Amino acid sequence: MNMTAAECDAEIDRILALHAGRDGAMLPILHDIQAALGHVPETAIRAIAHALNLSRAEVHGVVSFYHDFHDTPATRPVIKLCRAESCQARGVEALAATLAGETRVKIEPIYCLGLCSVGPNAMVGETLHARLDAARLSALVESVA
Amino acid sequence: MTVVRISDDALALACGADAVAAAFVAAGCTVERVSSWGMHWLEPLAEIAGRGFGPLTPGDVAAVLAGDSPLGIGPIAEHPFIARQQRFTFARAGKTRPLSLDDYAATGGWAGLARARELGPEATIAEVAQSGLRGRGGAGFPAGIKWTTVAKAPGARKYVVCNADEGDSGTFADRMVMEGDPFMLIEGMAIAGYAVGATHGYVYVRSEYPHAIAKMRAAAELAAPIIAPFRVEVRVGAGAYVCGEETSLLNSLEGKRGEVRAKPPLPALEGLFGKPTVVNNVLTLAAVPWIMAHGGSHYAAVGFGRSRGTMPIQIAGNVRHGGLFEAGFGITLGELVMEIGGGTASGRPVHAVQVGGPLGAYHPPGDFHLPFDYESFAAADGLIGHAGLSVFDDSADMSALARFAMQFCAAESCGKCTPCRIGSTRGVEVIDRIRARSGRGADRVETLPQMHNARKGARTLAEDIGLLEDLCETMKFGSLCALGGFTPYPVLSALKHFPQDFGLDAPVQEAAE
Repeated sequence: MNMTAAECDAEIDRILALHAGRDGAMLPILHDIQAALGHVPETAIRAIAHALNLSRAEVHGVVSFYHDFHDTPATRPVIKLCRAESCQARGVEALAATLAGETRVKIEPIYCLGLCSVGPNAMVGETLHARLDAARLSALVESVA
Repeated sequence: MTVVRISDDALALACGADAVAAAFVAAGCTVERVSSWGMHWLEPLAEIAGRGFGPLTPGDVAAVLAGDSPLGIGPIAEHPFIARQQRFTFARAGKTRPLSLDDYAATGGWAGLARARELGPEATIAEVAQSGLRGRGGAGFPAGIKWTTVAKAPGARKYVVCNADEGDSGTFADRMVMEGDPFMLIEGMAIAGYAVGATHGYVYVRSEYPHAIAKMRAAAELAAPIIAPFRVEVRVGAGAYVCGEETSLLNSLEGKRGEVRAKPPLPALEGLFGKPTVVNNVLTLAAVPWIMAHGGSHYAAVGFGRSRGTMPIQIAGNVRHGGLFEAGFGITLGELVMEIGGGTASGRPVHAVQVGGPLGAYHPPGDFHLPFDYESFAAADGLIGHAGLSVFDDSADMSALARFAMQFCAAESCGKCTPCRIGSTRGVEVIDRIRARSGRGADRVETLPQMHNARKGARTLAEDIGLLEDLCETMKFGSLCALGGFTPYPVLSALKHFPQDFGLDAPVQEAAE
């Protein structure tokens, strides 16, 4: 996402205006900013603090609490691989080991996609992939790398 | 023209249902996208005139239409997996289009809300109380009592919050309700709102469920005129497991860090924005329309002991026939895993079954006689939680899974209380030492001359085991919520039932118990 600083600020203002007056608007705002900018920059934290009448520390505390919000944009494509118990029972740890040297994509752990009977599972963006084996996971990596 | 019904549930999509549907369209069929039957090993499953075919790939479509596919399973409704179930909450599963108001109304939808409006708020709560419905999120608190508390609480503004932060591994029933029958959940929330005097409802859905979020948002918009003046708004979580805990969820909805609140005050009295709030799990609220339409006594007629009605049980992990199995309480664990689940997918012996998600106990096959109900599992040092079963074969290393439980707690702890925040990290360290059989010598501080009382000798394996048990007890009784409080369940159950995986031999095992 290559936006100029001015474009970023305009986008942040647009999102803040969209949620003005909404009860408990913080998470919806942060989701929109994360989606639009790929991360939640310091300028957004200042703007949110101002709009919601909170301190910057309070907003930063929320941003850093949740796994979904990042303070820097992702530099590589992300594959979220489920590492929870049911996928472990279906061999995800051995599968993850096959990607040990993979540097083109970032393999992030995610704890449960709710597809626990057909694991190991992964999510790229909003697209789900089930019944992964080494060959299918490798093909998935090639398709996003 | 041949009508083919294929699920558009996230699990079916993950298994390639869209490509199969496209292949049927290309072959000149009309494809209807419906909810999932819940037979996950057969997805993508196609239904043609009541007969099922699965699991399909696009390459199988020609053979299915020609009538010579080996993947036919016969009439779906007569399949043993379906025929053995008693489906109340999932009565529409596989049969209706999730976002069709016509399909919903034609299958008894909105009858519960209509009856509640006829009866009035007090009689509605009485009906829910009579059904014996208990909270399906894991705690098993009677829904009728919670609703009564909120209804009687003073305050002009009250809320209904649906906890759809289904983070437990091995569970997917909430997701299937939201993706397969979203109007039922909305109807349940509307009934709850009517009964307690709330006009605003929130559904807090985890961000890992993008399909459920989309379906719930669309459904809330479509149903708005029917449930008015009640309004349902969908809010999205942000990847914090602890937000499945009700007070943490409320903080998150308010736009704060998802930190757990001390109770009291109960959310029923001071919940969302400090107002009286009903917080119920998806399955609890989804059971309400059936109860209101058919009567509380009919619901209570099914079940076991103090656990009334049906439970949508989720069979997952290393299991041959995984999926959603709704049945009255009382079915045994062994029936669920061996007869219905068909044993492991890998074909190896079942080693352990974790019941109730990451905070549930690991049960050995010796526990297969346990009837599925809240009290029986509590008596066996376990819990049924959200009724997810994760099956493991004999390649599982239970000490690694115990370590994972502590590690997961450390990663997901909200940080508010010490037993959970610090105890989980110390737990990982102790289990690491046990696994390495390394013992622990005195550290640099302990060897200082000033530390007169510090122990100088190394700790033995048995002492480390004792320390782990002690730590678990502190976490269990000292944590604010179920995350720290229930993490000891998987750890201690693994230690108790599978000491060999911790490198313990028989004499030490006795010492450990």
